[in-house]
Order: sequence, then C-alpha cells, then structure tokens
Amino acid sequence: MLSGISLGQYIPGDSLLHRLDPRTKVIGVLAAAVSILAFANWQGFLLAALLTLTALLVSKLPPGIILGSLKSLWLLLVITFLLQAFLTPGTLLAVLGPLKISREGMFAAVEIVLRLALLILIAFLPTLTTPPIKLTAGLESIISPLRRLGVPAHELAMMMTLALRFIPTLLQEAEVVISAQRSRGAGFTTGSPARWARSLLPLFVPLFAGALRRANDLAVAMESRCYRGGANRTRMNALKFSAADYVVIGVTMAVLAGVIALRFV
Amino acid sequence: MDEVFIAVKDLTYIYNRDNAGGYRALSGIDLEVKAGEFLVIAGPNGSGKSTLARLFNAMLKPSGGRVIVAGMDTMIPENVWEIRRRVGMVFQNPDNQIVSSLVEEDAAFGAENLGLPAEEVQKRVAETLRLTGLSQYASHAPHLLSGGQKQKLAIAGVLVMRPSCLVLDEPTSMLDPAGRDELMETLIRLNRTMKVTVVLVTHFMEEAVLADRVVVLSDGRIAISGPPAMVFAEVELLAGIGLKLPAALEIAHGLRKRGFPLPQEILTIYDLLAYFKNKALED
Ligand SMILES: Nc1ncnc2c1ncn2[C@@H]1O[C@H](COP(=O)(O)OP(=O)(O)OP(=O)(O)O)[C@@H](O)[C@H]1O
Ligand SMILES: [Mg+2]
Repeated sequence: MLSGISLGQYIPGDSLLHRLDPRTKVIGVLAAAVSILAFANWQGFLLAALLTLTALLVSKLPPGIILGSLKSLWLLLVITFLLQAFLTPGTLLAVLGPLKISREGMFAAVEIVLRLALLILIAFLPTLTTPPIKLTAGLESIISPLRRLGVPAHELAMMMTLALRFIPTLLQEAEVVISAQRSRGAGFTTGSPARWARSLLPLFVPLFAGALRRANDLAVAMESRCYRGGANRTRMNALKFSAADYVVIGVTMAVLAGVIALRFV
Repeated sequence: MDEVFIAVKDLTYIYNRDNAGGYRALSGIDLEVKAGEFLVIAGPNGSGKSTLARLFNAMLKPSGGRVIVAGMDTMIPENVWEIRRRVGMVFQNPDNQIVSSLVEEDAAFGAENLGLPAEEVQKRVAETLRLTGLSQYASHAPHLLSGGQKQKLAIAGVLVMRPSCLVLDEPTSMLDPAGRDELMETLIRLNRTMKVTVVLVTHFMEEAVLADRVVVLSDGRIAISGPPAMVFAEVELLAGIGLKLPAALEIAHGLRKRGFPLPQEILTIYDLLAYFKNKALED
C-alpha cells in the first residue's frame, strides 16, 4: 500500500526523449516552463503548447500516464480556476448568489488553468523518461559549476542517490512494522487526529532508529569501498551530448526566444 | 601459499581509550593470514571478531601492536586507501551496504572511487557481475534481489576494486539456508579459482568446517587456532567458550564417547555418511 506512490515515476522506454542526455531534458524543461509562464498572447501560447505537445508525443508515453499527472493535481486546477473566475473584478457576466463572475475573470481563469496544465504536463517528463540515477548524475553535472561558489554539488547528488536507494527499503520496513503492530492489535487509521498521531508513534520510533543504524553501517561500508568524496571520482556512465541533444536544446531555446519576442510585437 | 598477506603482531584494541571507561576488545593478538588462504575467524558474541575485521582494512587503528597488510602498516595514513582497495570488506546486513538504486551502478561504486576511466569501470563491472552470477540483474533495483543475491552484490562491489583479500563479517547471518549455501559456494569458488584470500568471520561452526584454518576468539584473545579437524577435536575447550559444534561433529563426538573409534577427519554429515557406508561394505 505504501509502495503505491508513483506520480512522475520512471516509465522505461526507448523513445528519443528516453535517449536524450538528462541534462538536455532538465534544461529543455526549464526553457519550456519559462516559455509557458512568459507567453502574453495567443501566438505565444500556441508556440508553448506546440512545444509541450511535441515533447509528449515524442516521449511515446501511454496517454494514461500523461493524463495521470493532470488527474492527480485536478483539485489544484479547479481551485485556481474558481479563485481566478470569482475574484477578478470587471464587466459582470453572471451572478450565482453572492458570487459574481466577470468577463475578465473568465478569461484570466482559462488562461491560468492553461498555463498550469501545460506546466504540469511538461514538468514530469524528465522523471517519467529518465532513470533516477541518471537524472541525479545530470543534476550534479548541471550544478557542478556552482561548486566554486561553495555549493556542495557532489554531496547533494550523493544524498539524492542514497535517498533514492533507501526510500524503497524504508517503505518495505514500514510495511513490516505496520503489520507487526497490527498483529498486536494496533490500529493506524481510526480515531481522532490526536489519537491517530499517537498511534503513529510506534511506527516512527522503530523506523527512525533503524534509519540511524543504516546510516552508520552505510558510512562504514562506503569508506571501506574507498569512498572519499567527489574528488578524483569517475563515472561508469559518463554523460555525453549527442547531435539530438544539441537539436533539442536549440529548438527549446528558439521557442523561448520566440515567445519572449512575441510579447513585444 | 606461504606468503604472508596480513601480519598481526601483538595487537591490542581499546574502545574509547581517551575516556576512563575504555573497553579492551582485543589483547595480544598474533596472527598471520597467508595469501590464498581460506581463514575462518570464529567466536561467541562480543569476542572481538568485528573489531579484528575492521583492523584489517584500517577502519580501526591498533591501540597497541601492528597490523601489516601486504607490507603496508595500517597506522600510516598514506597506506589507508591502498589497504582498503586490497582488503575488500563485506558486512552482515545486506541492505546497509548497497549505495545505488541500480545493481550495476552499485557494483561500479568502488571502481569509480578509485578514479578509473569509464571503459575500465564498465569492463570490471561486467566481469565481477559474471563472477558473482548477477549479470542478468545488472539493470535491476537492488531492493528486489534476495538476501543471498544482495550479499553477492556486496561481494561484486568489492571485487571490482580487484582486492587480494575478502574479509566478510558474518555475511550469512541474515540469510535463509538457501542464500547461505549460495554465498558459501561463491566464496569457495572465488578462493579456489581466483586465488582470492578469504577471511570469513562467523559464529556458524558449519561454515568453519570448510576453511583451511580456523581461529577461535574468546574475550578478545585467540583461544585456539589450526586446521578445522584439530580445532574441533578440542570439544571441551569450545564448549567452555560457548561455541556449539557442527551437528555432524556433535554426533561423532557422542559416538566416540560411547566407544566408537571414529577418525578425526570426519567434519561434515557427508563424511559421516561415507564412513558408515564404507564400514557397512567392509563388514
Ligand atoms: N563502538 C564501540 N564502542 C565501545 N565498545 C564497543 C564498540 N564496538 C564493540 N564494542 C565492544 O567490543 C567488544 C567486541 O565487539 P565486536 O563487535 O568486535 O564483537 P563480535 O565478536 O563481532 O560480536 P558479534 O558476534 O556480536 O558481532 C564487545 O564487548 C562490544 O561491546
Ligand atoms: Mg560482529
């Protein structure tokens, strides 16, 4: 039951998007996100939407997965729509009791929901099409120039790697603890919020103690395998840009430039 | 075979030496691990086995005496990383020594830490996964492997550094019997075919039977050391320390006490069965 967390989880595949360098995907999605936030007219919107749709089609992900991210965030979309529609003053369009909808409100609501939906659709593409371990390597490489400013790029990436490694293990452990406590008559899902919180204590205490022991063991094991930080370390799968990567970065940057240019025409 | 790989001389180790409540975990240990040897270190809980294992790869530094690995003193800081490369460590809990969420990436970790070029790392990873029988799981998530497979991955993770010696601290204690057999078979194969020195820390006496030599620790000292047949002959001494004999030896010992003249070479159930079969044929 705890392993059912799957929003944005990697879906193996062999599309162009799957094969791109992880850095390309991160940079491309950032450029697309800025375009989506920056468009100021329908031409700009069309350009950003076209980029998003193309990316989704190229990913060859099943439509159910793509719409899944929208579905799990539908409440956010609805609330944003309603707030925008009801709270924008302007020419009156309709009155529902104490609530008034203006023409401007309607337009603003549609616009912001379109922006949000596009953002959600594109934001999950890197995690959906890249194994986490590669994404981590990509992020490390992207932030590594910041090392000179004191950003611990390697350490952050190692933390992410270890978190990815141990989340499934901790979930498995949590399930064991839950069923052990259940078998002794503990309930985790009933009662008032205070009682519920208290009932979680017997779950978190052993989990936390276990995690500390793991961390200690792991540090010893890593040092035994000659780990001494990021200096001098190499990578088995070095990241490499291919022609496709340059094309994709070029296209996304062109779209971004186009959207921004369109703001001024 | 007679070349000394690890030389331990008059070794003492004291935990929390700076505090008043320092605890002497090892005292006066003299020991030589020969290159290519399969050595078992046995002993009851708290006898100092893990402490000794960690002194072998410079995770701990002696409080007194010396540990020399392939001619390098573990006290000298410049030697530490080469010693850790040469002495690969595998620990008890299979989950707590895997660093990556991908089997092949985990196997690569040690080689990457050595700063080897990517092609060399790939070559070594393929080779060690093959040696440990994990090639087909290269792109799996480690948490989906069985306990025995996880321990084999831990072995692959150190083999990738091309060590001369494997030190394993109770690697089978969290495994089911099938996983235990699988792991022991892998260790014996690596020892016989690759000439890897194996130091196996265990409190399962069944595993000690397979060794070239057994060292028994008790209260931080070496109680007895020698070939398995010799060590297991000291039934009273072992019982006094609190170590249980393997089942076959327990039976053999009981029979001897009742007047059956069984030979000392009987170490396993199979030896025992073979002996009785021969006996039956002779009669
Ligand atoms: N970090 C530590 N600080 C203080 N004392 C310790 C520490 N680690 C171990 N000891 C003590 O040193 C002694 C030897 O411990 P060690 O872990 O080497 O035993 P062991 O033979 O490996 O036992 P086990 O079979 O339980 O693994 C024990 O009495 C233990 O309590
Ligand atoms: Mg121990």
